[in-house]
Amino acid sequence: MNSENKTSSPTISFSWTILIILMVAGFLTTVARFIWGIGSISNLNDSYPWGLWISFDLLCGIALAAGAFTTAGGVYILGFDKFKPLLRPAILTGFLGYLLAILALGVDLGRPERIWHLIIYWNPHSVMFEVGWCVMLYTTILALEFLPMPLERFGLKKPLSIIHKFTIPIVIVGVVLSTLHQSSLGSLFLIVVNRLHPLWHSKLLPLFFFLTAVAVGPAVVVVEAYLSSRIFKRHFELDLLSRIVKVIPMLLGLYLVLRFGDLVIAGKLGALFTGSLLTLLFWIEILIGVVAPIYLFSKASVRENQTSLVKTSLLVIIGVVLNRFNVSLIAIARPDGATYFPHLLEFCISFGVIAGGIFVFWLAARFLPIWEVSDDASKV
Amino acid sequence: MSKAFLIDLTKCMGCRACQVACKRWNNLEAEHTSMTSDSWTNPFRLSARTWTRVDFTELQSPQYKAGMKWVFARRQCMHCLHPACVSACPVGAFRKTDEGPVVYDAQKCIGCRYCMVSCPFGVPGFEWDKGLLAQPLIKKCKMCVDRLGAGMEPACVKHCPPRATIFGERDELLATAKERIAANPDTYINHIYGENEVGGTSMLYLSSVPFEQIGFPKLGSEAVTVNTEAVMEKTLPFAAAWTVILAATYGVVKFRERTNPQGEEKNQ
Repeated sequence: MNSENKTSSPTISFSWTILIILMVAGFLTTVARFIWGIGSISNLNDSYPWGLWISFDLLCGIALAAGAFTTAGGVYILGFDKFKPLLRPAILTGFLGYLLAILALGVDLGRPERIWHLIIYWNPHSVMFEVGWCVMLYTTILALEFLPMPLERFGLKKPLSIIHKFTIPIVIVGVVLSTLHQSSLGSLFLIVVNRLHPLWHSKLLPLFFFLTAVAVGPAVVVVEAYLSSRIFKRHFELDLLSRIVKVIPMLLGLYLVLRFGDLVIAGKLGALFTGSLLTLLFWIEILIGVVAPIYLFSKASVRENQTSLVKTSLLVIIGVVLNRFNVSLIAIARPDGATYFPHLLEFCISFGVIAGGIFVFWLAARFLPIWEVSDDASKV
Repeated sequence: MSKAFLIDLTKCMGCRACQVACKRWNNLEAEHTSMTSDSWTNPFRLSARTWTRVDFTELQSPQYKAGMKWVFARRQCMHCLHPACVSACPVGAFRKTDEGPVVYDAQKCIGCRYCMVSCPFGVPGFEWDKGLLAQPLIKKCKMCVDRLGAGMEPACVKHCPPRATIFGERDELLATAKERIAANPDTYINHIYGENEVGGTSMLYLSSVPFEQIGFPKLGSEAVTVNTEAVMEKTLPFAAAWTVILAATYGVVKFRERTNPQGEEKNQ
């Protein structure tokens, strides 16, 4: 069990103050939203029906939670047992990511009290229908993958052994649901045919969202491990982490080829050289978030140095974040005169949610065996 | 049969009687407006409280008398034949009726606003100022489906002084539109907006100037729902195949581990 007593140091109490302020501010903003409406705390409007919460909390949150299914798939399905020490923190991060996205969605949805309507009213043509079901089902799967941690902590051997029996089916269903979910978030924007900029609108959007989510998974695991090593004074598993990022250049390389191949086939190459702000954003997204990590992560010297490993992982994350913002917010054309920049209180919700996530991660790290290597898989 | 509107912009005089009639029949609140743009268009856009609105475009060209020309174009839900909102709504709150109107079931809506994102015309509005107890909803033109049932024309059609908007069967109105273009080829451009746009709409427009000049989106004749619906059809078969592939991969990996216990050397 982890029982380091580090809470009393002054830096921690400073961070605690910030965390608590952010959580309280987020909570108060949520109360205001439920009393006076979404318009009262946001700059969302009829021309910008989706803003910061969908782009950041939902689209980025879910993409960055992909480390859970990629690590689980790698360890249990592909049999890379040596990455097991990374598994539990990755599952916890993914589980929290989904819970926080749901929390933000509760603020963003016009009628959150009707969320159960997704279960009884079906529209199988709707991508949002798929998204809704994937959120519900995969969060359940993540809860099941997370459950062994509290069960072990409280010594509940019977339910633990039952869950262990189902580890492999749970992981497989989790990978399938994640694949559907990550890709469907891209499919959402297929319908924005005439307004999403041609550099981003593509029939391959679902595949692009999936590939980038899989690629960002290991990068998030690296950054999460780095932060844990700092906050909880733990050993940074450089050896393992430098190995999992080897997959990133392959995935991003494939993504890059597909993205440009698609532009060539669709005859959109001209849009790459227009000098508009959106073209610039496209190049920033591709050069910083895709090309640079491909180059850097193919070099052993970068992968095996803690600082450059973390920094390059951050590049991958920035690239995916930028991509999600571009597709869902910035590159969608609006009527003349319509404007949107997130309201301060919109940031309050997003930061409050992140603070809540860090708080729960801290609680889990302190009270649950999240860094212990379980033997779930070896006996299946 | 499917009902439709024929909106002849050359007949519109910009009186906004349709705007007022719509507000009165549907009990829609007034909006705070201001003259901010260089146009007379008001309010700023369609919203939950303004379901139809007249766009005022001032075109300048030496070919026009006095070098300029007003074009008035009323805008509202286009009641598409293949509506994006109907396809996009996760709980099926929108429905294209056989009679023509695209209608909304307020009891189902969860407020996700994907209809607003997907609508190629940016039509649906959300009640941003309503909290949890006030129960916000999506609002848009419903082609006065409640009047149609009672054998009346939509309120805006009834109140249009120059009969710039007329109401009827879609195919008959299309024929009327083509007759008008044929009879006055100098007045009209040869384009019926809505005949083919996004697979066709129940709102058909005639104009004397190209529609791009007055802010109508340039759209192909393919329904915007084709890509998403194609993906959705493939989802379940894909999920099934992917499950089998993953299970088989697991089986192969386990089998190899058993036959070759030295598998420790594996690298990623």
